Amino acid sequence: MTLVFSQLFTGISIGAVLLLIALGLSLTFGQMNVINMAHGEFIMAGAYTVYVLQQVISGAGVSLLVALPVAFLVAGAMGVVLERLLIRRLYTRRLDTLLVTWGVSLLLQQLARDVFGAPNVQTQAPELLTGSVKILSTGAGDLVLANSRLFILALALLAVAALTLLLRATPLGRRVRAVVQNRDLAAASGIATGRVDRVTFFIGSGLAGVAGVALTLVGPIGPTMGTNIIIDAFLVVVVGGIGQLKGTVIVAFALGMMQSLVEYSTTISVAKVLVFLAIVAFLQWRPQGLFTLRTRSLA
Amino acid sequence: MSGESGAGLLIRDLRVVFDGFAAVDGVDIDVPPGDVRFIIGPNGAGKTTLVDAVTGLVKATGSASFGGRELLGRKVHHIARLGIGRTFQTATVFEELTVLQNLDIAAGTGRGPLTMLRRRSGVPPVVAEAMEAIGLTGERDKPAGALAHGRKQWLEIGMLLVQDARLLLLDEPVAGMSQDEREATGELLGLLSRERTVVVIEHDMDFLRRFARTVTVMHAGRKLSEGTVAEVQADPKVQEVYLGHAPTAPDRPGGREGT
Amino acid sequence: MTGPGTAAGRGRFRLRASQSRARTAAGFGLAAVALFAVAPLALGDFRLNLLAKYLCMAIVAVGIGLAWGRGGMLVLGQGVFFGLGGYAMAMHLKLADAGPGDLPDFMRLYGQVERLPWWWEPFTSPVFALAAVVLVPMALAFLLGSLVFRRRVRGAYFAILSQALAAAMAIYLIGEQGTTGGTNGLTDIQGFFGYDLADPANQRVVYFIVAACLLLMLAVARQLMLSRYGELLVATRDAEERVRFLGYDPARVKLVAYVVAAGMAGLAGALFVPAVGIISPALIGVVPSIEFVIGVALGGRATLVGPALGAVGLAWAKTALSEQFPAGWTYFEGLLFVLVVAFLPGGLGSVAGLVRRRRAVPAGAPEAPEAPPGVRPGGPPEVPSFLDPRAASSSPLEGTVDGAVDGALEAPAPGEPTREVAP
Repeated sequence: MTLVFSQLFTGISIGAVLLLIALGLSLTFGQMNVINMAHGEFIMAGAYTVYVLQQVISGAGVSLLVALPVAFLVAGAMGVVLERLLIRRLYTRRLDTLLVTWGVSLLLQQLARDVFGAPNVQTQAPELLTGSVKILSTGAGDLVLANSRLFILALALLAVAALTLLLRATPLGRRVRAVVQNRDLAAASGIATGRVDRVTFFIGSGLAGVAGVALTLVGPIGPTMGTNIIIDAFLVVVVGGIGQLKGTVIVAFALGMMQSLVEYSTTISVAKVLVFLAIVAFLQWRPQGLFTLRTRSLA
Repeated sequence: MSGESGAGLLIRDLRVVFDGFAAVDGVDIDVPPGDVRFIIGPNGAGKTTLVDAVTGLVKATGSASFGGRELLGRKVHHIARLGIGRTFQTATVFEELTVLQNLDIAAGTGRGPLTMLRRRSGVPPVVAEAMEAIGLTGERDKPAGALAHGRKQWLEIGMLLVQDARLLLLDEPVAGMSQDEREATGELLGLLSRERTVVVIEHDMDFLRRFARTVTVMHAGRKLSEGTVAEVQADPKVQEVYLGHAPTAPDRPGGREGT
Repeated sequence: MTGPGTAAGRGRFRLRASQSRARTAAGFGLAAVALFAVAPLALGDFRLNLLAKYLCMAIVAVGIGLAWGRGGMLVLGQGVFFGLGGYAMAMHLKLADAGPGDLPDFMRLYGQVERLPWWWEPFTSPVFALAAVVLVPMALAFLLGSLVFRRRVRGAYFAILSQALAAAMAIYLIGEQGTTGGTNGLTDIQGFFGYDLADPANQRVVYFIVAACLLLMLAVARQLMLSRYGELLVATRDAEERVRFLGYDPARVKLVAYVVAAGMAGLAGALFVPAVGIISPALIGVVPSIEFVIGVALGGRATLVGPALGAVGLAWAKTALSEQFPAGWTYFEGLLFVLVVAFLPGGLGSVAGLVRRRRAVPAGAPEAPEAPPGVRPGGPPEVPSFLDPRAASSSPLEGTVDGAVDGALEAPAPGEPTREVAP
């Protein structure tokens, strides 16, 4: 019983990481239909932000707290630069943005290698987050949850809440949703779509930075840390439905659970293949993802 | 105009619902074979949605049959193979292919794999005829994307010709055309209707008066009136609906959302 | 009535077709001379072997050009098919090396396997292995393609799925070390159907086989591109829904190109094994899969020889530069890719075409300008650069490069029209 719970919790925490990463993607992919392969490197930038801050600020807890907004700004700024320099020119060739941003991600990885060195670097986790909480105690064993995982879960949920609030309750959010639903009409009704795009890209990329901060608690920090995880996050967005926040949330956790449960009963490698097959099967049922925007367009 | 018409387009109680909103709300239409039927109505009347439903693009309930064969529930390309062709509000041709290639593709649904894997070694006679009919023989090797707007519309109609569609559904074929082009398109319609059933969605009242044989007026997803041009114009219900918008002719919609 | 259906019109056609045939024959002839005579004479054993490796990449690229350039399917997981072909071949060669009844060396080394796994068994047969090299990738592509295209999963969705497949396959191969060789892959392959691969003379033969296969695949791709099917494929790429309303099933149209591309990748993977002596997950995962696409983008995605030249050029540049300046190479590769895809979507080859087109070419003139000379300066001289389909036909591609450069490579779908404003 505890085993099932602990697998479930593992799944939830995998899901939380996926969610943090996919949240930003869902925003940029959903609104602008831009597949930003460099999103993984924005995550990396967030993680290195923690590393750099820890050289300056002593105290792992303080530096982590400071890193959250700083990483958001750093990654967000990188996103805006990318949008201004390249992506803006490629709106008519959306598939090509995937390739171009992959080139960018190569450049950023190499930059990280040159600046921080190719080997992974270490950061210190605050004491508060290194321990674990005992949730349940049974004869068969204790169910123990790592604090760091709980922190990531909380962070992911907080990010979802903040983003939902932003989209639902602010004028900016209204404009963003208008552009998502019908770019031409939004433009025609006086919304500066270019500016909305920039802000969206800033927020989406900034969230990658936050995800990067969170990842420092659970994994190594290195130049290629982004590439490995980004594909799963893309799958989350695809399966969740483009531009659909609730789809992204549900699918992130579902995929995390599935990965953890299948992994438990088989092996990691088989789990990957099975999850892929499950996704293909799912798309048979819902080719546009879990939730779709109903539009009259043929595409 | 309702009556017994075995082989034409028969629509019964057609409904298309988007998220609880009935874009087409229980429409009955009969288009007898060889008719040139115009469907008009203000924006949002459900005209394009009706065509979308008949061609399999959106899901619908009720019934729509042509030549006695039920169309609803079939896939788009199966419906097309039953001899139903359509054009779009914005001319949709293969921009990077030449006029000839566009027409050749439209003519080719029946080709076997071996023919498909070989190069085209001449101009098939139907393609040559259609090219002549739409007046694009001189622009045979031009990429379709380089054609003027009106000519793209003709090319699209030409594609229906070689496709050998028995029922043509034309969505605003003269939108954005000059007076001369409208004239020519009207004549093309006459030619088309000799052996085919034609349904035209149109806003241009002049064009309608000149070339429609029968007219169906739609409003808010329902059929408002039906008959000859004169009958429809005399219908007080039609006047009521239209006078609220424009005294003579309704506005053109800005895009697909409108209809 | 001077229609094209008239005798004069048809005559013009025939003339053009025969001209194009002559030019194509000349092109293929020159390519054959370069590959079979010049390269073996000019290059030493080591370099010739490298060229064989590059030509394998070129075979994959030819398929990508068909599926992506002409069919619009951004295939980011060709490494999977390359790997399937490679592993099928390597499995047979490992079994042959081990001798009848014995296990391949790595299985005994890792000690996890006592008996040959059942799915290794059939690969003892050379015939089965050779068939599997092409058929297994094609079957997988058929399966995945029919599921995915039928449900109209396309564009970015398709790209991401194909990429995820590459990731899953690489992880799977690494995880199943006992039966697949894990991270190391299948290495140290000694013989090739009874011939010792260490012998330079036999390596030359491998090179000739690879070169012949490349020419053959170019011929196949050319036929597909110039046929009616090729025109339909371009039409499907640009306006899938319109094709559907004409009565075609776009899923089937795309499936053909996808399956053919997978078969080519499988063949390339199989040839790669004797040429290089190894197949491993690192050669087929996400990154190498994208690198295949990069080569194609560099050379010109929608052309016939562009992809092959781009692939060879990229592989050559990588070998030449990455050893001396590993960091510099990555910057160069990334930057090159960003610049070419963003600003030169027709590939490097389109530069020459652009320049030439400035001097007014009559609209739609079927006598397309000479092919863009292929690779970037410094590319390997072994491969001729004139085998462009546009040089050889009244091809649909006449407009492609232009359109691409105007940023209009993806024509608007019927549903998202460039709205016409009513007068």
